Amino acid sequence: MSELTEKLKQDIIEHLNLEDLQPQDISDNEPLFGGAVGLDSIDALELIVLLEKNYGIRIDNPEEGRRVFQSVGSMASYIEQNRK
Amino acid sequence: MNIYSVADNIISPLGSSTEENFVAMLRGQRGVQKIEAGHLFPEALYAAYAGDLLQEPLEEEEAERANWKAYTRLEKGFIRSIAAVLRTVPGINKQRLVLVISSTKGNIDLIGREGTGAVGAERIELPAMAQAINSFFKLPHAPVVVSNACISGVSAVLVARKLISMGLCDHALVAGGDLLDKFILSGFQCLKAISEEPCRPYDADRKGINLGEAVGTMLISNDPALNTNKDAFSLIAGGGQSNDANHISGPSRTGKGLKIAVGNALKSAGLAGKELGYINAHGTATLFNDEMEAIAFSDLDLQELPLNSLKGYFGHTLGAAGVVESIITIRQLNRGLLLQSPGYASSGVSRSLNVLQENQQAHRLQYALKTVSGFGGCNAAVIYGKA
Amino acid sequence: MNLGITAYSELNEKGLYKNGILLLANEGQEPFVPFAKEVYRFLNPVYSKFHKMDELCKLAFLATEALLSEDKISSNAEGADVALILGNRSSSIASDLQHLESYRDSSNYFPSPAVFVYTLPNIMLGEICIRHQVTGENSCFLMQAPDGRFLYRYVQHLFEQEAYQQCITGWVDYKAGNYKACLFLVEKAAVNKPVLRKFDYDFI
Repeated sequence: MSELTEKLKQDIIEHLNLEDLQPQDISDNEPLFGGAVGLDSIDALELIVLLEKNYGIRIDNPEEGRRVFQSVGSMASYIEQNRK
Repeated sequence: MNIYSVADNIISPLGSSTEENFVAMLRGQRGVQKIEAGHLFPEALYAAYAGDLLQEPLEEEEAERANWKAYTRLEKGFIRSIAAVLRTVPGINKQRLVLVISSTKGNIDLIGREGTGAVGAERIELPAMAQAINSFFKLPHAPVVVSNACISGVSAVLVARKLISMGLCDHALVAGGDLLDKFILSGFQCLKAISEEPCRPYDADRKGINLGEAVGTMLISNDPALNTNKDAFSLIAGGGQSNDANHISGPSRTGKGLKIAVGNALKSAGLAGKELGYINAHGTATLFNDEMEAIAFSDLDLQELPLNSLKGYFGHTLGAAGVVESIITIRQLNRGLLLQSPGYASSGVSRSLNVLQENQQAHRLQYALKTVSGFGGCNAAVIYGKA
Repeated sequence: MNLGITAYSELNEKGLYKNGILLLANEGQEPFVPFAKEVYRFLNPVYSKFHKMDELCKLAFLATEALLSEDKISSNAEGADVALILGNRSSSIASDLQHLESYRDSSNYFPSPAVFVYTLPNIMLGEICIRHQVTGENSCFLMQAPDGRFLYRYVQHLFEQEAYQQCITGWVDYKAGNYKACLFLVEKAAVNKPVLRKFDYDFI
């Protein structure tokens, strides 16, 4: 699990061009939206692409995305549950 | 100086003249149709596809002059639409005429392709596309090209009005067009902005946009005598443009920018909000756009005005939208008939709006407001008056 | 109306300039993206959204940062009193090609929202408006080459007929690694700022 969260942090930083952040700046349960990480609506859509491209998991409903992308921790558990 | 719209044309899936389009709309016909999987896009979708209507050859005499193969599908649409308007003003002085093109993606179907025969690869660039259209009509002045995302069409009308009031020209042909292409479909799809059913602006069950393609042309002039069809005659009373300064792809949550644009339009027209009789809104049927508009119109105290979105008829036609929807606004004004806003059953916005649920008589209409908002945070508003 | 240019900036393959003075040379003749990062560090706007922008927007953003580095827009005008009128030729072609690559191969079909939102030329105007809270007219005109005559008359008209107080105008174009941004801050002459250049047909 912690391996997955570390990988996710790197993926997020790289995929969303968060140049000013390092993986250690993001804690597992910190909110990705509205907090210090400060992602926006386009980032949310980009995370959907990331999940599909890197993990083969498809989210069609943006509402579901909002729940999944609350934090790196919630993303990791969702991936664990849905990975084939 | 009074500046008018004196002639117009629309080519859309609903027809290749303004009258054909308007009659179809009065009957409740929709240009948005289900397009089966694999035709334009791998998946089935609802969209307004104009097919060969954009590229049928011109009437004989003109076709002889032109090498029709030297133009792209979109350029042919522009040429057909502009030619239809110019036919109504045979004596117009081309020395005093400027072409203003509105488009977001132009010949986007050329992207990644080598030039095809008579059409060079450089025509992917909007200035080259505009020049090709300009040369077809042997217009002596360089064309002006406006590319302000989804507000481009209304921007172009306002630019034309400025060019005339500056004295740069007496007449301007404002032509807006965009294609339904995989480039655009795949993009809006990844934004999760496309509805899987016919779009429902302002409705509680709205789920996003339908895309569409069309070309529209308006002849704008300081000479009212050029008008030969009173249904197409209108005063361009005022206009305004603004930016939300909030987000590049999401509308302001407060409607700030739209309020500034409408405020500027009223100010330049010397009108109060209560003198308006009807709003042709942007109404894309995304959650945030429609909500933003409802807040803005309500804050401006315009919520009682009958309002419709034409997206259910044409789809969202991007660079054509502001032109095509302006033309239908003017038709409604002159006929005293307001069109039903397709897809609307019950309100899904937080402020009350008077969305038209059926076609409605409106004989005392004097001024109509047309608004648009787009990516980049831009907004524009124009007021048309009965001339 | 007597208008003057109170600041101007240029960013091109050679370097970054403000009011005709070289601020930062591209000594290593670096390509745009690394050089843009260097310019960003030099100007140090502390604006993390910069890193998400495409090349065209980075170019427009940095040239505007240099233009307004001393005189913030808000110091003597409200956002609604400022207009932004730019010329451009190649539209958003770099992002357009990147988007094309993401959807043309059906076995590797991953269109990116963060790329697609940059596939319009006026997004650079939106980015400038957000950064500097400009809420006035913003228009992007596409033209083969910078048309000073057109831009001059259009901007002049905005001041005369629509009572704008300031206007950022000029040219920003990016295509296949070739780029140029030159921007001008136009204001009514005889305010408290010296006019550095005449605003006329030949301003650009």
